[in-house]
Amino acid sequence: MSSASSVKTVELPASIEAAPQPPSRPASAPAASGPRFPRVNSAIDATIRALSFVGLGFLKPIVAITRGEDPRAHMRQLWLDLGAPVLAIAAFLLVWSQVSQGIQTSLGTIPGPAAVWEQTKALWADHLVQREKAVAFYERQEKRNAGKLAEDPAADMTIRKYTGKPTYIDQIFTSLKTVFAGFLLATLLAVPIGILCGASKTFNAMFNPLIQLFKPVSPLAWLPIVTMIVSAVYVTADPMFDKSFINSAVTVTLCSLWPTVINTAVGVGSIDRDLLNVARVLRLSRTTQLTKLVLPSALPYIFTGMRLSLGVGWMVLIAAEMLAQNPGLGKFVWDEFQNGSSESLSRIMVAVFTIGIIGFLLDRVMLALQNAFTYGPTR
Amino acid sequence: MTNPVLSGLIATVVASLCLATNATAAGKGPEKEQLKLGFIKLTDMAPLAIAYEKGYFEDEGLYVTLEPQANWKVVLDRVITGELDGAHMLAGQPLGASVGIGTKADVVTGFSMDLNGNAITVSNEVWALMKSGLATDEKGLPKHPIPATALKPALEKFKASGKSFKMAMVFPVSTHNYELRYWLAAGGISPGFYSPSDVTGQTRADILISVTPPPQMPATLEAGTINGYSVGEPWNQQAIFKGVGVPVITDYEIWKNNPEKVFGVTKAFADKNPRTHIALIKALTRAAIWLDDKNGANRKEAAQILSRPEYVGADYRVIANSMTGTFEYGRGDRRALPDFNVFFKYHANYPFYSDAIWYLTQMRRWGQIPDGKPDAWYLETAKKVYRPEVFVEAAKELVAEKKANAADFDFTSDGFRAPTKEFIDGVEYDGRKPNAYIEKLALGLKGQQKIESGNVVGK
Repeated sequence: MSSASSVKTVELPASIEAAPQPPSRPASAPAASGPRFPRVNSAIDATIRALSFVGLGFLKPIVAITRGEDPRAHMRQLWLDLGAPVLAIAAFLLVWSQVSQGIQTSLGTIPGPAAVWEQTKALWADHLVQREKAVAFYERQEKRNAGKLAEDPAADMTIRKYTGKPTYIDQIFTSLKTVFAGFLLATLLAVPIGILCGASKTFNAMFNPLIQLFKPVSPLAWLPIVTMIVSAVYVTADPMFDKSFINSAVTVTLCSLWPTVINTAVGVGSIDRDLLNVARVLRLSRTTQLTKLVLPSALPYIFTGMRLSLGVGWMVLIAAEMLAQNPGLGKFVWDEFQNGSSESLSRIMVAVFTIGIIGFLLDRVMLALQNAFTYGPTR
Repeated sequence: MTNPVLSGLIATVVASLCLATNATAAGKGPEKEQLKLGFIKLTDMAPLAIAYEKGYFEDEGLYVTLEPQANWKVVLDRVITGELDGAHMLAGQPLGASVGIGTKADVVTGFSMDLNGNAITVSNEVWALMKSGLATDEKGLPKHPIPATALKPALEKFKASGKSFKMAMVFPVSTHNYELRYWLAAGGISPGFYSPSDVTGQTRADILISVTPPPQMPATLEAGTINGYSVGEPWNQQAIFKGVGVPVITDYEIWKNNPEKVFGVTKAFADKNPRTHIALIKALTRAAIWLDDKNGANRKEAAQILSRPEYVGADYRVIANSMTGTFEYGRGDRRALPDFNVFFKYHANYPFYSDAIWYLTQMRRWGQIPDGKPDAWYLETAKKVYRPEVFVEAAKELVAEKKANAADFDFTSDGFRAPTKEFIDGVEYDGRKPNAYIEKLALGLKGQQKIESGNVVGK
């Protein structure tokens, strides 16, 4: 995807003060020829902008071709953006289905695309069955509560949540909830730290060693520590969140903090000196400088950092859920591995693809947000 | 999914209401209705799955969520921290926690979940070395029970090639550990001692025994990390289906009708929610009755339920192999073993003090309890953890509600099973005389013996 690769990610191994690389806007497709139908064209231009905005830039050449512009150049662009990836996916599926039959594991052969599709449908069917069971559960409960009420008018009438297993769909949502909780917390911590580091050389010198120390630590190392601390600190009679949820979310925070911190620091540090001089001449207050100058010019960097953070968070989450037994996709994979039934491998593969697709979509969403908040000469 | 903030708020309001109406509500419904119970993916979690699926929990006014756990350590820790209200546990776990082996905490049990249900499996390589030395019956099949002495050729071969012989069990205080050790010791093979300085239990060991979570056993055996294991079902039958190993002996043959898993809760939970505890045990007892009802006619359905991914999740045929009255030793060597899984018969659910004391004698025998203790200590510890009075209360209520037959329960028991000799080595066990029993056992620490710098000292 050209639009994805054109966004420069700022990762600084040793120091935060290296020269910044401003994130550039995706290069636009071959220049449009002269406007013949100005109004239609402006509508089409708006469509193109919207498409590339949400990361569907590969549809641009199609729009351009329908407009009859330079078909050869656009066909080439279409091939690069759409044809080649689709061909690669088809080749991957073919190789997968061929190779998988040749590998004999103790659970049978590795499942091919057909078996995985079969399990995808089975998981969906199972979701529907569970929903029906939930309805029956609430009906039974209502009946029982009515009986209890008749016996004792002061009886406890709380409606209890459905007690059945979380379905695959529920597990996807649990994972999303967890990753966003962790990511939100990471952003709330990382942006202020990043601003401090970018604005003050002293702070930078203070935080830099710590950042470099903790950045490479794996979630597997954090989790036992987080678990012990959470179970010691988070003691309430009636917990609002499950401990396993907090464990996974905090682990995600600890691992996904760093890209945002570093990028924010770089963004703030690389603000145009002229702007700061102007601010000094105008005697702008510190707060005004921050909100009117520093933040707007650092926003593209902050969003680049957040996008990287979310990617890291999603990757880390699966491992964290496996260990913390938070009922999300990670636990699904772990449970299926433990089941060791003839369907387990196919189900795990379904999870692998789900994780990949969701990761991709999250990245697209962040890219769209990043584009929306990028102000600059290209906009 | 409901809003957690909202449900938290509701729960607080309800809790305060409950305080107000406590006087009238006492002795009726359970104190806590919404519960989360943990289990490990093993067929002996069946009472939990059946109580859920057959609506027995709901009949008692309980809304129970069952959640599979990663390993026994996680189960115990999460029960202690309160993330789980109760769990399917190894009989040795509440006792071990009470004595302070590993984790120290007050965990109690009022319900023994099953008898038997475990087996010992060796890798194909070891089986090939054992096989030639075994006595055979008229059909040419090996005679059972196979004594641990049959392992000796394999041990010698391993020793000669400079490799150590490794076996796995599921947890340091697990039934599987003690059964494996009992079997090895009865065959004159030292399973090794625990001591305060060696928590791996490998001091003076002929076979190195370590911990692996049950569902990972077949994969670990296949990878060659271990040469054999002691585990519950379906993981022995799984070894046959996967072609990675051969079960050699079941725990039924090591100790006929040995107590196995228990349903454990913290002492704090039991004290705070006595009605909930009884309600849980009532539901579990009804599930146990259903599982053994009509001479096992319900077992096929039970195996179907357990094969669902949210419970044990292994294939139906693997689970059914041991759940439906047979056991497959070696591929195609299927034998009748009707009592391999007992959930209700033989007073399986009664938490006998004598069962607890047997586990304590084994903890002492292998050094997990480093110093000798008087007989009174054994009974005192058993009474701290095992709560037959809760089970008896639950059973009485079931009988009164006509959900069970009074004849199936022993309401007059003093908490001790009759002395038995039905062990593989024929040594008699009497729960009232633990020290005398320890003296009679072939290997192990006796009297005031201790492990000091790798040697048994004292007497």
